[in-house]
Amino acid sequence: MVEIEINGKKIEAAQGSMIIEVADQHDVRIPRFCYHKKLSVAANCRMCLVEVGDVRKPLPACATPITQGMKVFTRSKLALDAQRAVMEFLLINHPLDCPVCDQGGECELQDLAMGYGRDVSRFNLGKRAVSDHDVGPLIETEMTRCIHCTRCVRFGKEIAGLHELGVMNRGEHLEISTLVGRAITSELSGNMIDVCPVGALTSKPYRFSARAWELTQRPGIAAHDGVGSYIYAHTIHNEVKRIVPRECEALNETWVSDRDRFSYEGLYHKDRVLTPKIKRNGHWEEVNWSDALAFAAERLRAVSDTQGADALGALASPNSSCEEFYLFQKLMRGLGSAHIDHRLRQHDFSDENQFAAYPHSGVTLTELAKADVILLLGSIVRKEQPIVAHRIRMASLTGATVLVVNPLDDTFQFNVASKQIVPGGDLLLGIAKIAKALVAGSEKIKPSAAIAEFLKDITVDDTAQQQANYLKDAKQAVIFLGALALNHPQAAAIRGMADFIAQHTQTTLGLLCEGANSAGAYLMGAVPHRLPGGQNSTKQGESTQAMVLSEKINAMILLGLEAEYDLAYAHRAQKALKNMQTVIALTAYQTPHLLNYAEVILPITPSAEMAGTFVNMQGDTLAFSALTSPQGQSRPAWKILRVLANLLAIEGFDYQTLEDVQQEIAPHLTTAKPTQRWSFAAPQLELAERLRIAPVPIYAQDPLVRRATALQHTPDAAFGGVRINSAEAQALGLAQALEVLVRQQECEVRLPLVIDEHIPNGAVYLASGIPETRDLDGAYEAIYLEQVVDNHA
Amino acid sequence: MSTISLNEVCMRTLGLENPWSMASYEKIGGYKIWRKIVTEKTPPEQIIEQLKLANLRGRGGAGFPTGLKWSFMSRNTPGQKYVVCNSDEGEPGTFKDRDILRFNPHQVIEGMAIAGYVMGATIGYNYLRGEFIEPFERCEQALNEARAAGLIGKNILGTDLNFELHHFLGAGAYICGEETALLESLEGKKGFPRFKPPFPANYGLYGRPTNINNTESYASVPVILQKGGQWFLDLGVPNNGGTKIFCISGHVNKPGNYEIPLGTPFKTLLEMAGGVRGGKQLKAVIPGGSSVPILPGATMMQLNMDYDSISKAGSMLGSGGVICMDENTDMVKVLERIAYFYYEESCGQCTPCREGTGWLMRTIKRIVSGKGQMRDLELLISVSDNIMGRTICALGDAAAMPVLSFIKHFRSEFEAYIQNG
Ligand SMILES: Cc1cc2nc3c(=O)[nH]c(=O)nc-3n(C[C@H](O)[C@H](O)[C@H](O)COP(=O)(O)O)c2cc1C
Ligand code: SF4
Ligand code: FES
Repeated sequence: MVEIEINGKKIEAAQGSMIIEVADQHDVRIPRFCYHKKLSVAANCRMCLVEVGDVRKPLPACATPITQGMKVFTRSKLALDAQRAVMEFLLINHPLDCPVCDQGGECELQDLAMGYGRDVSRFNLGKRAVSDHDVGPLIETEMTRCIHCTRCVRFGKEIAGLHELGVMNRGEHLEISTLVGRAITSELSGNMIDVCPVGALTSKPYRFSARAWELTQRPGIAAHDGVGSYIYAHTIHNEVKRIVPRECEALNETWVSDRDRFSYEGLYHKDRVLTPKIKRNGHWEEVNWSDALAFAAERLRAVSDTQGADALGALASPNSSCEEFYLFQKLMRGLGSAHIDHRLRQHDFSDENQFAAYPHSGVTLTELAKADVILLLGSIVRKEQPIVAHRIRMASLTGATVLVVNPLDDTFQFNVASKQIVPGGDLLLGIAKIAKALVAGSEKIKPSAAIAEFLKDITVDDTAQQQANYLKDAKQAVIFLGALALNHPQAAAIRGMADFIAQHTQTTLGLLCEGANSAGAYLMGAVPHRLPGGQNSTKQGESTQAMVLSEKINAMILLGLEAEYDLAYAHRAQKALKNMQTVIALTAYQTPHLLNYAEVILPITPSAEMAGTFVNMQGDTLAFSALTSPQGQSRPAWKILRVLANLLAIEGFDYQTLEDVQQEIAPHLTTAKPTQRWSFAAPQLELAERLRIAPVPIYAQDPLVRRATALQHTPDAAFGGVRINSAEAQALGLAQALEVLVRQQECEVRLPLVIDEHIPNGAVYLASGIPETRDLDGAYEAIYLEQVVDNHA
Repeated sequence: MSTISLNEVCMRTLGLENPWSMASYEKIGGYKIWRKIVTEKTPPEQIIEQLKLANLRGRGGAGFPTGLKWSFMSRNTPGQKYVVCNSDEGEPGTFKDRDILRFNPHQVIEGMAIAGYVMGATIGYNYLRGEFIEPFERCEQALNEARAAGLIGKNILGTDLNFELHHFLGAGAYICGEETALLESLEGKKGFPRFKPPFPANYGLYGRPTNINNTESYASVPVILQKGGQWFLDLGVPNNGGTKIFCISGHVNKPGNYEIPLGTPFKTLLEMAGGVRGGKQLKAVIPGGSSVPILPGATMMQLNMDYDSISKAGSMLGSGGVICMDENTDMVKVLERIAYFYYEESCGQCTPCREGTGWLMRTIKRIVSGKGQMRDLELLISVSDNIMGRTICALGDAAAMPVLSFIKHFRSEFEAYIQNG
């Protein structure tokens, strides 16, 4: 610690801090533009010049480290003259078009000009104009307003890890721009809008739709990934106009992902259903709430009375709130059915009883910074969990080694020391090779009989050996199982093998589950084998997969999901639902597909329009309240479930308020970090000869984001086609083909073919969760590609 | 004309056959010192001592004592260290480094090798101005000769000493002569000056400790060590040791490079350059490259060419570019040209320089075009003051100082433009 004086006030501060940091901590405002606490120091705007001791020249507070006894004057004549001079320079070429600028009212330049600018300009020459660039659907540019602080450039380089914006030309001609004609593609790009102190980079979807001073700011939690980023919604007339980050050092710091920022557009999509509907004699009718609910209750009752409660099933989106999950399972169990699940894309449930009370990421985001080795197993982490990817990048920048075992060769925004791209989607083989290398390298590691048997015929290659060495030498390693591993048909064996490695090295195993509230779903009992609080259930229900494939379910309640996009077997799921006696959809959106298989539509509010609780992947309980009130007649699902349960005469549903529900669930929300252990058993299922690798694209993750218009225009949302490598194309006689006939089970679709050497042998990349593949089937099942025979003569 | 010793230090190969060749350089004692240092392992402190005694001041413009600079870099810091030579020579009116590189490249190489030895740097870079094609070829040729003789490279003269040297051709930006912009450029980045501190001695090329000197500074070192610091000091005047190359240009009869002892009267230098062209009166002189304040001819005639004397008169010795202007010179137009230069060469990263240089240039242009107003002069002074001392690098000051000094000494010419349109 050193002692300094700012404006005569004595202050103790940490050695090495910059003057501006110390001033900020003590509420001494020093004007600044280029300084940003999360970015490197550029010291280029010169707005923060202050007087220091007896140095003749003013010094930049953002770049001047404090020293013992330093005397700083932020408002002396020397300092103010310098600050005013810089302000004048910044304004001479600035268009001063505040009345037509979206940044007006929340502009750092405008604000500081009030304090440091002149009333009348001394500049009477022509101003500079700069041409704009189309950098994509999310960010609007107005580069004439740019003050060249380079915050956006540094954000790209340092945080996003993609050098997409740069400084072109020199002197007065300096311009911030992308490489000619390129769009900005980072999944964190929206943060550039926030770091830009002026109106040069603004939000494109928000453009000209409100003025900053008319907006109401409401705190919320983002509902798209396992982080639960802190956000603010800016609303006007009960409408969300935009989302910005709310600082939370433990989770999203000062950032949010583009998915969290721009998906609000989906709230106002034309698919939103705002009145209850029922299908009578094949025709949809709008009805009032009491009729709709009575009808739904009657239909459920009809099935359970004739076929027993075991014919009732329930599926919920992993983005549902704890309150919703809790009432949903309580309703089902009250009816006598344990068929409830939220694990919509999972294929392998064989180790479900080994799960701890809830799936945990193993380490918190803060702890991740201390990891020295991070192994990503089956994860395109950038697209699955953008904020986690950012934290991995930060860890890697401070020295962590990142290893990857993936079924396709994706790019990362951090250095990857070693990559195993496994052919045929065989993640188990990839991780087993590492296990074998470890076993071979140490007498002390005694594998179980099942593991020894499995490893018997496996040969270690150099990459696996190298990865094993990193893990062996690690002091604090983390293995993250991503969506590609969790939804894999051999997920249990992969988990068991990974856990074996974790047990014999200094490694923590963590799961990066999909959705905003997977942890909450487990804790609330929205799984067929567990009651709330993680208690084992005496009555074991069926998993998603069994419910959809077994033909035993005849009445299904869906909560916040779309079968054609959100379930592992899009085609069979739709067919099964269509064949059921009734499907009651609690949904915010309707689509032709839903209208086809559902019988009752009960319009619910997305989480933005209700209060609730999420538990994120590191076990934090995140309570949120509504950002706006519900649209139309839509209702929070908890209210609908309560009335439905009352109509069905199920006990214990006399809640008056959400707080009543919250009181009841509180004991189950003990979210201490669970001990996660999985033992290995050889997989029961063999992989198909040619496996479909079907990640869900970042902007296809859930119904809301699928309807966010701007995000749907990004390159990430463009259909990537059916991708195989050239050797596979050759083998299949498809080397020249532009299109292929894709076959899975009984479905067949014609799709564009793309040759992509990032896809290993035995694998076909074809995304799920998107319109192009909603009539196909299993995400990680056999897939057949055939030449298209055109027979229109 | 008094007898002045010419070309004693950096230009000492002039007059020899193929002065740039190794043979000629060795004839005058070249590489003797380097061989001695390598074989005897001379303690680096002794070398620094000699440089301090010699009072060698940086020849790149700022005049910082070279011995002191070398002592900042700790030989014992572990890891890679670098020595870098600044041959960017972009300062208008300056053309001395080019001739050193053309006619005496070995001396620069020897100086850099010694620097590498003293500061424990095993890699050196010489950054040459983009247009220096001929000097670049001479340097490469010299480097090959030195390598072949075992003087540069691995296991120098069979010892365990290593020193590798590379020549690098810039791409024609004045700002890349600023030492930290030069480092960025060497790293393959845009030539943006870095904020200092940290200084290159701590955080230089690729973030490693780095010493940067001007070509003439490095080239002076072998001679100083060969003949002794005292000898060098005695060439000049106290606190201004040695000789300096002055690049005299403008309205003189014999423009060119003159390597003369520091402290030589300006009058003598002007005589050596053949006096003012056409026998005219000397109106003004920029004594140290376009970045330093201009002085009236009459003032200059009283001054000696050394750091202290020029500085006392309100200007700087700078790089040694002496630009002479006769009585017919239009000072407003000269300033217009200079202001245009800094406007064009500003790197643009920091606000006062990026915005201010254009403002100055256009205001002066307006005066030249006859549309100026009296208050423009106060504006020019105020804008210059607002740039001075508030920028990342000294280009901002360099843009402001000419404006202030031109208006100070030649205000009436500006007023005439404004009044007469
Ligand atoms: C805008 C600008 C341009 C410069 N150009 C040169 C140059 O061309 N050559 C040079 O040696 N020094 C130049 N300098 C000075 C260098 O930054 C640095 O001070 C010098 O290379 C140090 O060497 P010395 O100590 O041997 O003088 C320039 C400085 C500024 C601010
Ligand atoms: S003073 Fe000019 S040249 Fe130097 S860093 Fe600033 S903008 Fe660039
Ligand atoms: S905030 Fe310090 S120079 Fe920009």
